[in-house]
Amino acid sequence: MLGQILYALPFLAEGFAVTLWVSLLVVVLSLIAGVLLGVGLVYGPVPLRWAVRIFSDTIRGIPILVLMFFVYYGLPAIGLHLPSFWAAVLALTLFKTAQVIEYLRGAVGSIPKGQSEAAMAIGLTFRQRLTYVIFPQAFRRFLPPWINGVTDAVKGSALVSLLGITDLMQAVNQVIGRTYEAMPLYILGALIYFAVNYALSLASRRLERRFSFIRE
Amino acid sequence: MSEASNATPALLDVRDVSKAFGAVEVLRSVSLQVKRGEVVTVIGPSGSGKTTLLRCVNFLESYDSGSIRIDGKEVGYREAGTRQRRSERDLAAMRAETGMVFQSFNLFPHLTAAGNIMLGLTKVRKKSEAEARQAAEHWLGRVGLAHKADSLPAELSGGQQQRVGIARAVAMEPKILLLDEITSALDPELVGEVLAVVRSLAEDGMTMLMVTHEMAFARDASSRIVFMADGGVSAVGPPKEILAADTANERLRTFLARFRASHF
Repeated sequence: MLGQILYALPFLAEGFAVTLWVSLLVVVLSLIAGVLLGVGLVYGPVPLRWAVRIFSDTIRGIPILVLMFFVYYGLPAIGLHLPSFWAAVLALTLFKTAQVIEYLRGAVGSIPKGQSEAAMAIGLTFRQRLTYVIFPQAFRRFLPPWINGVTDAVKGSALVSLLGITDLMQAVNQVIGRTYEAMPLYILGALIYFAVNYALSLASRRLERRFSFIRE
Repeated sequence: MSEASNATPALLDVRDVSKAFGAVEVLRSVSLQVKRGEVVTVIGPSGSGKTTLLRCVNFLESYDSGSIRIDGKEVGYREAGTRQRRSERDLAAMRAETGMVFQSFNLFPHLTAAGNIMLGLTKVRKKSEAEARQAAEHWLGRVGLAHKADSLPAELSGGQQQRVGIARAVAMEPKILLLDEITSALDPELVGEVLAVVRSLAEDGMTMLMVTHEMAFARDASSRIVFMADGGVSAVGPPKEILAADTANERLRTFLARFRASHF
């Protein structure tokens, strides 16, 4: 059995690299898009608020797998052909963006209105108010759900295997296809996912302590 | 500013300002002038529009009609009679000219006392970190908190927090300081230390417009008192005249009588 695992490792490593690459892309892209749209939702003019609200509610109401198949199999109907890898990344990013929007709204919404007013009163512009007053305080509330979301993204990336992308999940399946040793390989795969997510949650706990300087 | 009633032009000139929240008229054609170096106190029952008026002066609230000028410059709207809001950048620059101290302090909890004061100095006044720190220490000294420069707001008492709030506002060297019921959230024994700071600023010639329920303080510290009722200015005059128990203004008399009954 050990021999089989050693045989499987290089395949799994390649798949693992794809899993990490997909996760990283999704996490970074959704963070940027989600924060921008979240700011639009909280502070934007009414039409923008509505647009973001509809986007977020729609995306969050669709199963992620449906979203992924829609992007890959559905969009070509309107002339948008994405390679499977980018279709998967786009679908996962849309899904994650909707979540980041909500984390941001919750975190910013928890800051009392007086903070913005005090920042206005000393003459800070909108961008300065966000940068120096609102975000530093909202960060602590944004962090825990967001890190949870990151671990979800790592786990959720296993869905890309359904578009035929050889990520960790697919690599495990391929090795099993050759060796017929399902149990040890699924356990190994699970352990790798677990290791990544456990490391993330440890890091998150450390970060939360680091940013717990605001006592209320 | 064309028809200013006195010889010296007013620093703050509020003319016929009206504002409604939906169907509720909170300000009805309010006019009010504050000259350089004056301390003007606004009193009146709750819901009379005092705080809204104050918040209009630095455009935390917009107003529906009328004009508010500081040093001859319209506050929230572009000049030339339009009701077009100033740009975000313009508004920020205008607000930097007025200092505001809030009832609930509103210190930035993630910054130290000095950090609270330095933020506006570095980001708005573009002072260097060292200059800003020096100014922060100077003003913290003025409010008796030189030793608390590196404390977070959560480590300070209410009275100390409010004194930092005052230091944060005056460090920007505003043309006028707005004080919005700044002692209302304080325990009674902490009120004195905050009022002492305000008094010393007044003695230094700081122009102030304040809303307060501290009648004794209003009487001693104000150049003039404005009595507001139902969104309008009901009486204006020197403290002795306004706070006289036998004033002819019936609304004011009722307000004062009720006030005395509940405070003495």
